[in-house]
Amino acid sequence: MFNRILSGDYPRSRALSALLVLIGVCLALGPFLFPGVRAFSMLGMICVFIIVVASYDLMLGYTHIVSFAHTMFFGIGAYGVAMSTDAFGSGFGAVFIGIGGAVVMSILLSLLLGLLSLRVKAIFFALVTLAVAFAFLSLVTQLYNITGGEDGLAVRSPRELGPAFRPLDSSLPGFSVIDFITGVVGQGSIGQAFNDAVFEVRVSGRHLMYYITFAISLGVFLFLLRMVNSPFGRVLQAIRENEFRAQALGYRTVFYRTAAVIVSAVLATLAGVLFALINRYVNPENTLNFELMVFILLMCVIGGMGTLYGAVVGTAVFLLAQNYLQDLLGLLVSNAEPGSLFAELAGPDRWLLWFGLLFVLSVYFFPAGIVGQLRLWAERRRERKADKTPAASPLKQES
Amino acid sequence: MSAHDEMIGQATPPQGVLARFAAFRENKPHIFLLLLMMAVALLMMDPRTWVLLTISGLAMGAMVFLMASGMTLTFGLMNVLNLAHGAFISLGAFAGASVLVWLSAQASEPSLLINLAAILPALGFALVVAGLLGLVFERLVIKPVYGDHLKQILVTVGGSIIIMELIHVVWGPNEIPVPRPEALTGAFLLPDALPVIGGVALEKYRLIAVVLGLAIYGLMTWIIERTRVGILIRAGVESREMVEVQGYRIRLLFLGVFVAGSALAGLGGAMWAMYREIITAHMGDELMISVIVVIILGGLGSIKGCFYGAVLVGLINLYVGYLEPRLAAVATVGLMVGVLMWRPQGLIPVIKV
Repeated sequence: MFNRILSGDYPRSRALSALLVLIGVCLALGPFLFPGVRAFSMLGMICVFIIVVASYDLMLGYTHIVSFAHTMFFGIGAYGVAMSTDAFGSGFGAVFIGIGGAVVMSILLSLLLGLLSLRVKAIFFALVTLAVAFAFLSLVTQLYNITGGEDGLAVRSPRELGPAFRPLDSSLPGFSVIDFITGVVGQGSIGQAFNDAVFEVRVSGRHLMYYITFAISLGVFLFLLRMVNSPFGRVLQAIRENEFRAQALGYRTVFYRTAAVIVSAVLATLAGVLFALINRYVNPENTLNFELMVFILLMCVIGGMGTLYGAVVGTAVFLLAQNYLQDLLGLLVSNAEPGSLFAELAGPDRWLLWFGLLFVLSVYFFPAGIVGQLRLWAERRRERKADKTPAASPLKQES
Repeated sequence: MSAHDEMIGQATPPQGVLARFAAFRENKPHIFLLLLMMAVALLMMDPRTWVLLTISGLAMGAMVFLMASGMTLTFGLMNVLNLAHGAFISLGAFAGASVLVWLSAQASEPSLLINLAAILPALGFALVVAGLLGLVFERLVIKPVYGDHLKQILVTVGGSIIIMELIHVVWGPNEIPVPRPEALTGAFLLPDALPVIGGVALEKYRLIAVVLGLAIYGLMTWIIERTRVGILIRAGVESREMVEVQGYRIRLLFLGVFVAGSALAGLGGAMWAMYREIITAHMGDELMISVIVVIILGGLGSIKGCFYGAVLVGLINLYVGYLEPRLAAVATVGLMVGVLMWRPQGLIPVIKV
């Protein structure tokens, strides 16, 4: 059963399994564990970006195709829904028209990009996608009469998915983990802290939307896990390792690569749709920006390329850092005198500097990212164990 | 015998107008495209505007050429794709701007000679700062990842983030206005006596950019084609192993090219800063798109292709920017897509793709 769900691709590290279960529980029960608007929107973003990063990993990690157009497809999904609800009103029909249009456009564009990249060397793909994504961004910014330009569009999502809709009459109890822990540490009285930590959750359409996003994110993740462990996924990995050899074995590598690009683009479009519905506002800054593309790249690499679990871990770590590292740096700097070099380097706006540094160092020293490193450690531990057990040692000596 | 026939067949000029045209199109695609674009543009606007836009387009092309030439050589010679090139452009712009602000007393004098006392240090400083950073960057960031494109892309993107953030640390997060030296502002008026184009005002700075761009193109062509170092660079682009076998330390040569390319990016950035008169840390990212289009258009590794690519990008930007301002970026990328469909290796390919 478990084997089927995970497609036989286990985390293969206890620490990683624990981390994944923790992330899974936090996301599944998120709205009831973390009070506040900021935490809620961040949980939604984690769900959305797990789809984006996992689908990006299908290209980057599994096939070694570097694309800079992933935000373009993300943006197509987001703008598709925003524009169609803008034109046809806030019904589910409009949302589905938007999804349909966006998916068709993504398929066509990714096919075009694939065809262009096939005619030239693989490295061109990175450059061509970068240029095309930029042209798309500039087009969206310039055509303000249909896209809203820099100001963006407010998404008129269906009433059932908005804050005004109340599916339940009474509110549900929530339990704030962070309040509980700080309460226990601060006061020492567990009972008091427990009472303080309980809060009320008034379930609205936004929670409904969150759980839809969560379910789709989980579904897409398992689908991708299935895909990379299928014969198709094996061919992609063969192309990654040695394209010439894969070709010699009779696989049409061109076809497989284009297929990977298209699947990845469609999933990114889907993530864009969810983003538009959950964020209820799209503009070039939050959907199409080049910086966002770099963030996706960072999440993918820091989590671990070529492991879908890496996408989950990387997304969670990165978005947490993006939201809370600034606070932390602010705390750090609050003691330093303003204007000093230290204050400038460690200021809350400079979090990206440290993340960039971490990124470069991780490419050199941990090219397999967090997940790869955890698996490596787990493997080493297993080997040490195997060496110690007497049953294994004679075998080793023989060989 | 058949090989002999083929040689003769190639030697004889093609007969007939159409055949000659086809041969011209295939042998000199860069000239063909340039003439085609200029002719089409001329049909769509009046000649005075056309002259103005062409000069401006050439000026923009010259500056983009400065920025792009380093990247194309780096790729051609050592197969290194440096996506942090845009950050070097920004750095050059900020370095040049600081010197100009510091020497603003000299820069605001009306005399050209005193102005030069501000301009030359500014450009020189931009060149040196970007070159030095290039040296450090090659040693620290790029050296460990030779031969691995994926890692090159990743670490150079990371390096670009770090450089941009450091620019923010040093110069602050805001846009910085750059004073353009007094002697470079204003325009020349073409004499009224000239037919059609008489009385057109040409901005001085653009003419100077064109001249400087041509001068550097000439210098680079001379170095590449006439000097010993140039021979080694060309040989290295063709076949790296053969150069190494002859006993040359190609890594040292490459380091030199990388530093020179970074320095040129810095120079281009400083020129662009004076052209735009306002700079942000992210200007490098925006210019990177033009740079990428240029090197793909020209064919990776080719200086000549890079020059013509830059001129084409500059011209199409200005022409389309005049006809329909909203489509300038799309037209630039459209040009690239079109050329890729027609000639996948670029206009003047050097390396086998």
